[in-house]
Amino acid sequence: MSRRPAAVPAGQDLSLLPAAGFSAHGLWYWAGLAFMLMEGSAFALACAAYVYLMNSADQWPLEGRAPALSWGTAQTVLLLGSLVPTWFLARAALRRDLKATQGWGVLVAALNALALVIRAVEFLHLNTRWDSDAYGSITWTLILLHTVHLITDFVDTFFLTVFLFTHPVPTERFSDVQDDALYWAYVVFTWLPLYLLIYWAPRWAP
Amino acid sequence: MSAADASALPTALPAEEDVRLTRTWATPPGFWGWLTTVDQKQIARRYVVTGLVFFALAGLLAAAMRAQLSRPDNHLLSPDRYNQIFTMHGSTMMFLFAVPIMEGMGLYLVPLMIGARTMAFPRLNAMSYWMYLAGGIFLWTAFILNVGPDIGWFGYVPLSGPEYGIGKRADVWAQMITFTEVAAMAAAASTATSIFKMRAPGMTLARMPIFVWAMLTTAFMIMLAMPAVMLASSFLISDRLIGTHFYNYAEGGSVLLFQHLFWFFGHPEVYIIFIPGLGMVSEITQTFCRRPVFGYPAVVLSMLATGFLAFGLWVHHMFATGLPHMGDSFYTAASMTIAIPSGVQIFCWLATMWDGKPRLAPPMLWVIGFVITFVLGGLSGVMLASVPLDTQVHDTYFVVAHFHYVLIGGAVFPLLGGIYYWFPKATGRMLNEAAGKWSFWLVFLGFHTAFFPMHILGLWGMPRRVWTYPADMGWGALNLTSTIGAYILAAGVLVYVLNLIVSYRRGAPAGPNPWGASGLEWAAASPPPSYNFGLTPVVESRHPLWTGGGRLPTLTGLSLDHREVLLTTVTDARPDLRHGSPSPSIWPLLTAVAVSALFIGSIFDEWWIVWLSIPFALAVLGWFWPRKSHGKKVGAPDETPPGALA
Amino acid sequence: MPRRAQLVALLVLGGGVAGCSGVQTALDPAADQAASIEVIWRTMLVVCGVMYLLVLGFLAWALWRARRPAAVDDAPLPAETAAEPALARGLTGWVALIVAGLLVLTTVSFLVDRSLAEVGPDPLKIKVTANQWWWQVEYEGDAPTDRFTTANELHLPLNRPAVIELHAADVIHSFWVPNLSGKTDLIPGRTNYMAVTPRRLGAFRGQCAEFCGFEHAKMAFDVVVDPPRTFEAWRRHQIQSASDPVTAEAVYGKQVFTSQACVMCHRIQGTDAGATVGPDLTHLASRSHIAAGALPNDTGDLQAWIADPQGVKPGTAMPRVALNSGQLNAVVDYLETLK
Repeated sequence: MSRRPAAVPAGQDLSLLPAAGFSAHGLWYWAGLAFMLMEGSAFALACAAYVYLMNSADQWPLEGRAPALSWGTAQTVLLLGSLVPTWFLARAALRRDLKATQGWGVLVAALNALALVIRAVEFLHLNTRWDSDAYGSITWTLILLHTVHLITDFVDTFFLTVFLFTHPVPTERFSDVQDDALYWAYVVFTWLPLYLLIYWAPRWAP
Repeated sequence: MSAADASALPTALPAEEDVRLTRTWATPPGFWGWLTTVDQKQIARRYVVTGLVFFALAGLLAAAMRAQLSRPDNHLLSPDRYNQIFTMHGSTMMFLFAVPIMEGMGLYLVPLMIGARTMAFPRLNAMSYWMYLAGGIFLWTAFILNVGPDIGWFGYVPLSGPEYGIGKRADVWAQMITFTEVAAMAAAASTATSIFKMRAPGMTLARMPIFVWAMLTTAFMIMLAMPAVMLASSFLISDRLIGTHFYNYAEGGSVLLFQHLFWFFGHPEVYIIFIPGLGMVSEITQTFCRRPVFGYPAVVLSMLATGFLAFGLWVHHMFATGLPHMGDSFYTAASMTIAIPSGVQIFCWLATMWDGKPRLAPPMLWVIGFVITFVLGGLSGVMLASVPLDTQVHDTYFVVAHFHYVLIGGAVFPLLGGIYYWFPKATGRMLNEAAGKWSFWLVFLGFHTAFFPMHILGLWGMPRRVWTYPADMGWGALNLTSTIGAYILAAGVLVYVLNLIVSYRRGAPAGPNPWGASGLEWAAASPPPSYNFGLTPVVESRHPLWTGGGRLPTLTGLSLDHREVLLTTVTDARPDLRHGSPSPSIWPLLTAVAVSALFIGSIFDEWWIVWLSIPFALAVLGWFWPRKSHGKKVGAPDETPPGALA
Repeated sequence: MPRRAQLVALLVLGGGVAGCSGVQTALDPAADQAASIEVIWRTMLVVCGVMYLLVLGFLAWALWRARRPAAVDDAPLPAETAAEPALARGLTGWVALIVAGLLVLTTVSFLVDRSLAEVGPDPLKIKVTANQWWWQVEYEGDAPTDRFTTANELHLPLNRPAVIELHAADVIHSFWVPNLSGKTDLIPGRTNYMAVTPRRLGAFRGQCAEFCGFEHAKMAFDVVVDPPRTFEAWRRHQIQSASDPVTAEAVYGKQVFTSQACVMCHRIQGTDAGATVGPDLTHLASRSHIAAGALPNDTGDLQAWIADPQGVKPGTAMPRVALNSGQLNAVVDYLETLK
């Protein structure tokens, strides 16, 4: 920002500008960033509340067992693994390669759906209820917050993928696919601290 | 605004093209248009009018409180009614007036100031208004039905919890917060994106008006702070409704967790209210002193520093809770530090006055009132930052005095000055100057008469939130003085509002730039057409209308037959993309209705969340259903441009 | 005109009577804690006062210096005027002054805070539990026989530190006696402590300072600072059980008390009444107020309170017990023997 700003060419004809661009060119990307900022703040505060309650407690979990490790770890592995096809999806969209985008899109949507299935199993193996004690309440909060994001991302990806087959696919749509891929990466990365708190903090807490 | 005047504007199109553009950007007439509009100016005016209505309602509640407190052992209001009234007064002022009206002013002014045709997400702004309105109606309906909250505007647990907060009162309060926070966050996302991506060509970040910087800072603060209160209130509702134990110390929860979460939001909240006011002070001072604000970089950096520091202060609301004093001392230091950027800004505005040619029109009077009042409030804030001193005056009338000084002095005075200043732009008419001055003096003198004695009352031992007090405490005289001042203040507000109403129809006609100001908003007609600017203005300095010898360069090329806005790069504002802007749509209203039903239902039974997510999902689907590519509609080249950030 | 003169006189007199000295004011410290805090207050007044005057002075100068009033279409000044360097230097000086002022205030505040943490030797230990809308006060002692319970009133010996342990039975309250000390909240699930070292004799008033529901406004208490011997006599007396009533009226009153609803909530040591839901009444007649400071403790007010608690303090937990006038007089008579 310290260099002199480029002068606007006088008499530039704005009608010669393109009408669609990828990532930071378009407005939907920024909507996504705003959403990630807000949700990130909510996640961070929920994690802080978890740590706060944990530090005030004599033992953690307050009573009972920690959540079953296998399902949470399976979910983590699945989510991290899904980043690979997601990356290919984003690249295909950037190239505006319809066939490749459709293919990778279906795969990523399927992986999203699988993540939801595993999430349902995770709920069944949390070994605590939201109303048993504060530990149960905050554990359910963390996993529920993340699940809402899994659901919204899945719905988003599902419809986008369907539209790849049923509607014309201009640059705007490819850009949407790329933005959606970024959001999926966000959903995966926000899971990591949550995974550590939900599944490992009860095991590491003295 | 006659066609001849319009064509004198540098940003006006030739008549034939103007007709096409007007048709493209028109809102449908009548009731349907009112329901479906995405015109940011119409939505903003609703915000401001609705905000003023809530201001008046909350003011009436204050008048009732002051009447009750004017004498010791008074029985005008019962304790239950009084407790509901002070809760409603605080909640209405903070959630239904202060934040929304600043959002509304930003919604109106930001696109005009940055030279854009509308906001980045017009339908989101439309939905945001409906959510705000729904939340306000929800709260006030409950109050009128005698189920209004009675737990104070910050509803501490366990008083608001399942054991002591009987009935639905606390749930109404907590859910109203959800409505208004969703509305604010949506508006913030739209504001921030608009400021980053839709500035006029040449308006680099370093050339943005200070009000725009203020709205950008506020937008980020909203996005970072409001999730905290959503968590706090959602945890409260779930403790009350489905038996969670976030705040139940018997099951490992924590009473103080609520306070931490609430105040992590609550402290930035007051700066969210106050920072837009600072932006207005800057614009008004500049115009009425005929001098660019002294120290633009210092003022902007102070704004950003204030926004940042505001997140590190919240524990100063909890100094009496018995937290370790070593930790408290950090918050003392931080709370003192935030006085520095405010002090810098005050100096810069006073320097602008000192070096400029101040003209004491009503907006400038409000700015002077701001300086006198806000600085005193800021200094009582420095006093409150000291832990030991705070333990004496916390939860007393001293604090009531402090926050009214900073909120009324720091936000309401600039707001009233700003409304006066921009009224000609929004309506094409000038306000009556005599009434403007009368309303200022009545409000200013009434305010100080009402609130200064409260500092003393607090030191003399009068706690907050008391429906009455004993006669032998000796507090009667100051309370009576305060009540008298409050009624004078109310008279001033009445004069101000009457001025608005009467001048709207019968004020003297105003041209595009009645104050001789420098910003882009004054290059649009008064009132602006629905598309704001016919030609795209190009900016070459911080004061586009004051430099370049009155000549404003413009660009052409945006479509006349399809709604379209120009996107520019983030730092240098080089033209980047043409973006299709949405037409009027019913989906924002439908979405708001679905979400409102979900929020209201969920305080009665948690299953409503599940069932009512279906109409919500359908509404969102309708909203985002893909439409014909904008590029194809306007025939734009199908290439993707290089780097978008610089 | 006379009406207005009356009003002015009222304001002036009313303003002068209370406040600068009084039984519930922070500006008339009677203990170490309040006195230390008053030091901060006075420092703040000076430093903040000076800063405020400087701001007002600059504002006044700016307005006075205004050249002939500017017209709307006066050419605006450029951003870089001749005064710019001077103003920049002024800004730097102003920031330095603010930082210096804040450093002084932060240092004073921190030093006082540290000094408040030191309590002093052999403190008297008292435990206060706040309820919706009254205060339970328990004096600790080395031996169980040294402990006693009272309500809504504390006595403290002059010059000896007292440490008060703070509990809350229901919602958050705040214990505040401005003449003696800053306030500390009583929070359910948490134990807080505060120290008071009184330095002046007298009777002071405290009030709950955290909104706690319906009758938050009427949750006061008395703190009496006695000479050490007087305090000791009071303490020994409070430990004793209530003496048996002597007169026929009082005997009848005790009968009414123990057979009606009174006994469901109140304790009188030495009788069968042992409930701890409401305030302990063993030495009720020794207190200066009843109903947590809502009424003075005299016959008429005691009668009014028992006859209609909801009328005096709407929302209070004490129900209206149906007593005919004979029973009411007798109960009041009995309670007045509980010195």
